[in-house]
Amino acid sequence: MRKKPKLSLFRFLMTFPAILYCLGLILLPILYIFFLSFLTSDSYGGFTYDFTLNNYAEIFDPTYILMFLKSSGIALVVTFLALLISYPFAIFLMDKSEKSQNLLIKLVMIPFLTNSLIRTYGWIILLRKNGLINSALLSTGLISVPLSLMYNTFGIIIGMTYTLLPFMILPVYSAVSKVDKNLVAAAKDLGASKWKVFKEVYLPLTLSGAFNGSLMVFIPAIGYFFIADILGGGKVMIIGNLIKNQFLTARNWPFGAALSVFLLLLTFLLLKVYKKIGGRLDELGGGA
Amino acid sequence: MSRRKTAEKFRRNLFIILVFIFLFLPIGVLVLYSFNTSKMNILFEGFTFDWYVELFKNENLLDAFKNTLLIAIISTLISTIIGTASAIGLKKYNFFGKNIIEKLIYIPIVMPEIVLGIALLSSFTLVNLNLGLFSVLISHIAFSIPFVITSVRSALDTLPPEYEEAAEDLGAGKFKTLFYVLLPLIKPGIVSGALLSFTLSLDDVVISFFTAGPGTNTLPLYIYSVIKTGITPDVNALTTLMLIVTATILTISAFNQSRKITSRGGGLR
Repeated sequence: MRKKPKLSLFRFLMTFPAILYCLGLILLPILYIFFLSFLTSDSYGGFTYDFTLNNYAEIFDPTYILMFLKSSGIALVVTFLALLISYPFAIFLMDKSEKSQNLLIKLVMIPFLTNSLIRTYGWIILLRKNGLINSALLSTGLISVPLSLMYNTFGIIIGMTYTLLPFMILPVYSAVSKVDKNLVAAAKDLGASKWKVFKEVYLPLTLSGAFNGSLMVFIPAIGYFFIADILGGGKVMIIGNLIKNQFLTARNWPFGAALSVFLLLLTFLLLKVYKKIGGRLDELGGGA
Repeated sequence: MSRRKTAEKFRRNLFIILVFIFLFLPIGVLVLYSFNTSKMNILFEGFTFDWYVELFKNENLLDAFKNTLLIAIISTLISTIIGTASAIGLKKYNFFGKNIIEKLIYIPIVMPEIVLGIALLSSFTLVNLNLGLFSVLISHIAFSIPFVITSVRSALDTLPPEYEEAAEDLGAGKFKTLFYVLLPLIKPGIVSGALLSFTLSLDDVVISFFTAGPGTNTLPLYIYSVIKTGITPDVNALTTLMLIVTATILTISAFNQSRKITSRGGGLR
């Protein structure tokens, strides 16, 4: 880049921590669970160094396949709901001045300055049998028996959509705000309906932003065991619960590691798609 | 025509308002119930400040909050320093394995938190590091650094190289250029990276869950342990205080930032 690369203290300080970090806290942990996934678990919660593919074979047990499908199904619904909220939200925000847009986007982040477990607890107060939503509905006479809004898949979907929504809103908003307003105006002048403006103008131009958000919603949604625990009441198991159990209760680390490697491969596959449609790695998770 | 436009505008604003209601409902309820005389978090019976007094008697909860806050502050400081240095290093220099490092560094942003959590847990066990507050701290630093790098990097990318070149031409050393020219110029990017890492650390459940080990008391672990038996409103009181403090920090920094830069590129991302 510059002249001749020479060793200097400055250069060392600017590059060495990054290298050390990548090797020690990213590469080593990933390689280690990869290694673990080929070991054999003993019956005492430990593992022996007998290399096997059994942990991967076990993933294809019908019980786990079903759980994986259910888990992905929930994650897909959550991703779709988040898109369904984020697109109109971002597009409607474009009518506002840049100053109010900035303010409103910051406002989106405010609830997230607590802890996600606390917010999930907030949903319990709202959703349970004697919770606020049921009380309100009962008192207006709209329903006569309280609805089951939690301890089921519905509760999990609400909780996850809520927790992950900002990760969709931010990249979608950022992509939508970059769309040339003249294109939108031109499409409207030529008589395009609102749906058509969205489909022909916004959607193609914001695809990588939407996929970015979808990644940031879909991937955590497979793993958020605490929402499944709390709002699903332990009745609905997602892949996150299964992995958690292998590490904390069943203590079958090799199988848990194999499941994790499987999730990681899925992630890399989705990343490949993201890059294929023109997404950039350094825009992940944000996208300004 | 104009009536239809007004109706359209009304519908659009209504949608935005509904989204905000959805976002603020659960914490609004928590804040409201922190003033409730009933212990049960079910019906609002009467107004009281008692839970704020109770909060300061609940040593377990206070201890959990103190640990969580401490981890958030220290991990933010360290990851902001490492992340900023790394972003500058990756932008300025070529070195062996750089293209691999540049790919690796984004992995924690996108990899499932649960996988990062168990990968760190396994690695800590591998190197015989005792699980506790320290291992949680390391883990929070690990997932925050990439967000700081992304944020600082986007600030660096919008910066013309002339500033640095001018400083160096005028005889400023590398460190002097860094502290007096480069860092002040990319401050908005650094601040938004730091805020993001602070938020992520406070918010985290999954990584802490795996890397804390038994007996460690942080806020998510405390709440996890009491959520099944029923949470008392002192947790609501704490939530309210947390929101006030963090929202104030965010407002002040946002205000400072918007005064300094008029162009976009910073901001919470």
